[in-house]
Amino acid sequence: MSLEMILFFVLALIAIGTAVGVLLSRSTVYAALYLVVNFVSVAIFYLLLDAPFIALSQVAVYAGAIMVLFLFVIMLLGLENIAGELQWQKMIWPLGMGAILLVEGVFLVIQRVGQNTYIGSTGTALSDPALLAKVLFTDYALPFELTAVLLLVAMIGAIVMSKHEKPVKEGQPR
Amino acid sequence: MIPISYYLILSAILFSLGALGVLLRRNALVIFMSIELMLNAANLTFVAFSRLYGSFDGQIFVFFVMAVAAAEVAVGLALVVAIYRSRNTIDIDSMNSLKG
Repeated sequence: MSLEMILFFVLALIAIGTAVGVLLSRSTVYAALYLVVNFVSVAIFYLLLDAPFIALSQVAVYAGAIMVLFLFVIMLLGLENIAGELQWQKMIWPLGMGAILLVEGVFLVIQRVGQNTYIGSTGTALSDPALLAKVLFTDYALPFELTAVLLLVAMIGAIVMSKHEKPVKEGQPR
Repeated sequence: MIPISYYLILSAILFSLGALGVLLRRNALVIFMSIELMLNAANLTFVAFSRLYGSFDGQIFVFFVMAVAAAEVAVGLALVVAIYRSRNTIDIDSMNSLKG
């Protein structure tokens, strides 16, 4: 068993364990912290797959920005405690459906891809962010610009929805 | 050397756990976190195939998925805050009418 394989299995255990932690935790803060560990382990998978730019943006965007937003809302609204939410007798149907989904997915993977398609060296320098940027700003320039519009609209939407509407008093300028 | 099927099975497991989270939990914040888990599982598949075929397209799709996820979280959390203000709970079973 090679070192890469051992690293893969340890990371896979961490990723699955923290995902189960998100699923079963009794506090939203713990769920958010489990999710951070999950994001970081997936980022290390990206490093294993020769994608350092994606790995670093995963850490910066997901583990950084998105999780800070989550923790901010949790603390702002005081929603830490969600004990007593999980009831085992209600979980049978979703668990069954999840198991069916998983078996189907694994079956399709083994049937279509096969077990022996190895990720070998491809010859191209996939890990070079400069080459990635060249593809991103030539072939994908229009989607990239549209992303800016999407983020702007999302920002405006978030501001409009979370704005606190105060009742307007008579005779006072707003 | 790691077979691609290992990555695909791992991301299938992570996706199923995320889907289970959406189905099982009633707390809107934990449901959002489970959606992030599912997006991450899909991203892992993209990067694995990008590595397999030696092409940048998968990595660029992951980049766009991240941008969409950031937008989704910003809007979703604003919705959670707005709903908490009007109902004082974010239990999704209590969100059963369209009227504010």
